[in-house]
Amino acid sequence: MSGKTVLVTGSSRGIGRAIALQFAQQGYRVAVNYYDNPDAAPELNQENLQQAQQVLKEIEAAGSSGMVVGADVSKSAAAQEMVDKIIKEFGQIDVLVNNVGINKDQLLLRISDDEWESLISTNLSSAFYCSRAAVKHMIRKRYGRIINISSVVGVSGNAGQVHYAASKSGLLGLTFSIAKEYGVRGITANVIAPGFIESDMTAGFSPEQRSKMLNGIAVGRLGTPEDVASVAVFLASPGASYISGQLIRVDGGLSSL
Amino acid sequence: MSVFEELKKIIVEIKDIPEEDIQLESKFAEDLEADSLDIVEMLMLLEEQFDIQIPEEEAAKLKTVKQVVEYVEARINENA
Repeated sequence: MSGKTVLVTGSSRGIGRAIALQFAQQGYRVAVNYYDNPDAAPELNQENLQQAQQVLKEIEAAGSSGMVVGADVSKSAAAQEMVDKIIKEFGQIDVLVNNVGINKDQLLLRISDDEWESLISTNLSSAFYCSRAAVKHMIRKRYGRIINISSVVGVSGNAGQVHYAASKSGLLGLTFSIAKEYGVRGITANVIAPGFIESDMTAGFSPEQRSKMLNGIAVGRLGTPEDVASVAVFLASPGASYISGQLIRVDGGLSSL
Repeated sequence: MSVFEELKKIIVEIKDIPEEDIQLESKFAEDLEADSLDIVEMLMLLEEQFDIQIPEEEAAKLKTVKQVVEYVEARINENA
């Protein structure tokens, strides 16, 4: 057992869920964050909670332990409260994985102010709020691993994803700067840029979109959430302690979008 | 523990220097070789220890051990 703790934002499903489970398999105690919005319909929060509880069950089945913590991490106060709760329960956050993300494809000309702000706050501000709150504890321990989940789109841009790509690019600057600012305090920060991964986000693609996508992928298949999770686990492992401020593409050799 | 004693303990922990090197007159940058991150961490620990808030614009003015001790003591007295 590693005896360490990890917080994975947005880990009730998709890539976040896979990351939470793989950390559990390595003996980490895992805080499973799910989206809980006090203003949303109770059924929606309830569904997210149930998914998070299911992830926790699987964590326990893997022989580890954890907690579920609902929060809308795109809001500063909610993110801070969540971190406080985890510190109270676990005493520390050794690894923070900023994974939470949403997408809503739209042409620049049709993106509303609300859509822009919603993507930026959910995908980028959430990582800022959670990192700020967690680093405060990490510097005292002189140890911390911050892993941000960006996207290849954040590196190269993509038509129809101006807001999504901008938020994901923002994660690169956030990561590189944290790496420089807190390296002397034993904290590393790295960013993973997944390519096309089988998840809710790619589930809606048409067969044509799918085959076009596959043509550009060197290894000839879509990635799995597990493909991304294993890299996140590696970046938190002792073997990766000299890797910091890096962007790691997990995209199967994607040539172009 | 007095504010000065607590601050000395914190600086020893952060900078790994002997306690006797820390005087009330010590300047953080010049005498203690503390950088901006060291100072932020120090103030953060004082905030927690004494349950006070040090706003950023005030924090930027604190350059010596004495200034910090006096500032923190004033905040504690306000809370009392």
